[in-house]
Amino acid sequence: MNLAKSWIVAAKDLKSFLRKRTVLYTTVILPLMLSVLFPLVIEISSRKSGGIPAASLPALLNSFAFFFVIIPAIVPTPIASYSIVGEKIEKSLEPLLATPTTDGEILLGKYLAAFLPAIVATYAGATIYMTLIDSLTYGKLHYLYYPNSGFALTLLVLAPLSATLSVEASVIASSRVSDVRSASQLGGLMFLPFMGIYLASELGLITLDTNTLLIIGAILAVVALVLFRVSTAPFSREEILTKWK
Amino acid sequence: MIEAQGLTKKFGDLTAVDGVSFKVEEGEVFGFLGPNGAGKTTTVRMLCCLISKTSGEARIADYDVGKDSDSLMIRKIIGLVPDNVGLYDDLTAYDNLEFYGKLYGCTEAQRKENIERFLKMLGLWDKKDVTAGTFSKGMKQKLAIARALIHDPRVLFMDEPTVNLDPESSKTVRDFILELKKEKKTVFLNTHNLDEAQKICDRIAILNTKLMAIGTAEELERSVRGRQTEVQLVQVNDAIMGALGRLSTGKVTRDGNSITVDVLDPEKENPEIVRAIVGAGGDVQSVSINTSTLEDAYLKLVKETK
Repeated sequence: MNLAKSWIVAAKDLKSFLRKRTVLYTTVILPLMLSVLFPLVIEISSRKSGGIPAASLPALLNSFAFFFVIIPAIVPTPIASYSIVGEKIEKSLEPLLATPTTDGEILLGKYLAAFLPAIVATYAGATIYMTLIDSLTYGKLHYLYYPNSGFALTLLVLAPLSATLSVEASVIASSRVSDVRSASQLGGLMFLPFMGIYLASELGLITLDTNTLLIIGAILAVVALVLFRVSTAPFSREEILTKWK
Repeated sequence: MIEAQGLTKKFGDLTAVDGVSFKVEEGEVFGFLGPNGAGKTTTVRMLCCLISKTSGEARIADYDVGKDSDSLMIRKIIGLVPDNVGLYDDLTAYDNLEFYGKLYGCTEAQRKENIERFLKMLGLWDKKDVTAGTFSKGMKQKLAIARALIHDPRVLFMDEPTVNLDPESSKTVRDFILELKKEKKTVFLNTHNLDEAQKICDRIAILNTKLMAIGTAEELERSVRGRQTEVQLVQVNDAIMGALGRLSTGKVTRDGNSITVDVLDPEKENPEIVRAIVGAGGDVQSVSINTSTLEDAYLKLVKETK
């Protein structure tokens, strides 16, 4: 596989993506909004009722942190859906497939184009979130809560896996539908399992500590591998040209 | 340059292309004529290694179509103008070509040179920084042709390149194909525009799932009913019919005071026919040559397969 060719495909998609303001805003707004919203909750609660007790803060912050696994599950879907369904609509896949590029190189390019903005936006949001939370909680905790091993695991393992799963789901959806909105909505369903995990933690069914995050990471990795197989199967020249509608 | 032998493609029970065999020489403009659903696009897709063949053999240059290791090499030496132009509407004309130039592995200098060269040749250089989505159909078609040529391919496959174009844009595209021929590029042209095929193709194949005929436009025209000489006389009698019967020409038929003679070479045979008629006492009023057109050939061959 020639990674340079995948990068050419990704760079072209990123260039198109930067020109589509709605997709751009969707990618940027959610991570930035949440990165400010959670510290705001801490700040408001501290002003109203003397604040959240120091002992309760880590559990709350761990819950907040899990949103940085949910964000990359949501953000890539419009880009991934546009990247493939957009090509279908513009009927630009045939000339692309006629180039000396393998199916895998093209698909990897599509993956990168959707994955990278999601991860960059997530990391940017996480940086703002960590800075604000540390500045707001230092007085109560007397130490910097972030960075820590759990959040490192979240950002370096879970967030990329979550983004990967989302891209894979969007690719599968894109191969079966012919409009961007449907593909985006179907791919977007990938955030539901993560919301389920979050709700389970809120209901006290699980604790989002490092051990739990490692287990979640292992499960996500297996699911990502399975979805990779499923998502690459319909992405062959013959399938695209003869079966995709 | 292109060779197909018994090329077949089946989609389940449906045979889209059935045992097609032909050869296209280097520098030739080869027309592939056929009605909608005849298998023209499927044939091109097989030759471009976009879809697999069910059976048969095909080669482009020295590479085997269908052999995995040769597929990338084939795609390097061919250019494809598909029936749907498939441009990136939100990218400029220049960026569309730049993207493909990179994918074909052209150096920056080659890309720059070829983009300028082809956009200028096709009259789009002034629009290089305009997004393709704002282009007219004709401009988009020209840009798609430039895209297919960006890596200077040896073979260009064009699928209905002038469909939906106005006459002026169609002529620009046809003239451009003839320019490519001068550069010794092999052009494989899918079309159902008979006039276009006749004007620019060295040879034409008529396809309707099976290959019905192949040859120059003239050969195809002759293949329908050959050439006929029609002689209008003041009066036809048995002596005239007898005199014509003794000639080595083809079949002679009489219709009132008109006689039709099947001929192979009208320039050589017509004087003999007139001499024979006059010698038998006939008064010739007019002599005309009836030839069938490419359209006659096409319609007859396509009808035969229905």
